Amino acid sequence: MNYELMIETFPKLLMGSYITIQLVTISLFIGLFLAVGLALLRLSSNSFLIFFAKTYIFYFRGTPLLVQIFLIYYGIGQFESVRESVFWVFFKEAYWCGILALTLNTCAYSSEIIRGGIQSVPLGQIESAKSTGMSRFLLYRRIILPIAFRQALPAYGNEMILMVKATSLVSTITIMDITGIARLVIAKTFSPVEIFIVAGLIYLTINFAVTRLVSFCEYKLTPHLRYNE
Amino acid sequence: MELELLALGDNGWGDEMLRATLVTLMVSLSAMGIGLFISIFGTISKLSKKKYVRILADTYTTVIRGIPELLVIYLLFFGGSNAVMGLAKLFGYYGYIELNAFVIGSFAVGAISGAYSTEVMRGAFLSVPIGQIDAAKSVGMSKLLIFIRITAPQVLRYALPGLGNVWQLTLKDTALIMVTGLVEIMRQAHVASGSTYSPFTFYVAAAFLYLILTTFSNRIFNRLESWGNRGVRRE
Repeated sequence: MNYELMIETFPKLLMGSYITIQLVTISLFIGLFLAVGLALLRLSSNSFLIFFAKTYIFYFRGTPLLVQIFLIYYGIGQFESVRESVFWVFFKEAYWCGILALTLNTCAYSSEIIRGGIQSVPLGQIESAKSTGMSRFLLYRRIILPIAFRQALPAYGNEMILMVKATSLVSTITIMDITGIARLVIAKTFSPVEIFIVAGLIYLTINFAVTRLVSFCEYKLTPHLRYNE
Repeated sequence: MELELLALGDNGWGDEMLRATLVTLMVSLSAMGIGLFISIFGTISKLSKKKYVRILADTYTTVIRGIPELLVIYLLFFGGSNAVMGLAKLFGYYGYIELNAFVIGSFAVGAISGAYSTEVMRGAFLSVPIGQIDAAKSVGMSKLLIFIRITAPQVLRYALPGLGNVWQLTLKDTALIMVTGLVEIMRQAHVASGSTYSPFTFYVAAAFLYLILTTFSNRIFNRLESWGNRGVRRE
């Protein structure tokens, strides 16, 4: 075991973790908003909207993320019209393509989690909210969405961890995140085990922090379930 | 989109893509098999009375589930041959061994799949009601007989939905093996789009092939589940 190399590589990989964390936060943040929208479409009574949401979710959950990333990064450039349009500023950058793919992907998975949360809201609570004359918007803002989020939080925590792992795939489109740098160093030094341990430890630390964060949120959101302080 | 690029035969890439689909399917099946094999030992260790055995199994599942799949594949891709040569030296073989991409890919994805399967199997094992095992003991069944007649059939039934999910994950994880150079769907699409300058066409085709695989296998798992639950009373 080459400890010197491990110590030497550590700061390099930490630089990569900055990119990784950036990708995760941006795509989870935008993805969550889109996911709520998509879940509402999926639960609407318009059959066209339901079909759209179902197809979207089916496509993004049924294909590997790598295909989605490549389709956006390499695929879009096939069209002359895109290359000449203003969007090309966006699509020629691997970074933005990565974020777009990750966002669309997490949106599909999270929307199913949120849908489960919304459907688990007890009917009695919705009825009583209606009986006090709440408007549909108020009903969602005060009753349905807060309870749905609380119910969905544990499953959403899993999705967050999956996203941290998923960001490693953007290293295949030249983004230098932790995995990208790790691969570079492995190819240079040919000591896969050492680099694997260092990179793995950084990922495990990030994921540990995520699980702690989620259980803290869970604790804060369930004061009624605590026995005693 | 130029659909004629996807034609079968010498003029198109259709038959190459179909052959690559077969490779994806083969890698997924062998990875799933390796994963299930690992999960047997994983489950036994996780439920073991010895603390260090439990810690070992817990470390395996936590580490594998906490770090990116791509990193595991890189580890085996760059380090697999060395590890095998090191092992061979212990047995007195000093030649050069190069592992084939299919084997590396199956073992890498198998190790990942095994961690998830272990968790599924452990959960299934713990959901067999303890009363049934007590009842089996009370009629004088041996440990082996209890396992064959009472535990195993129910574990399979409880584990099926979870294993279906693991299979979907495994199938999609095989796309990452393209970095080892194995010509599965993604690699083939990459090569084809490189030589025809039509990446969109080929990645859409790849997505379509994956959708067929996932949908089709989902059907099979649903069938299996309803077959497994045929004797269960519904309220």
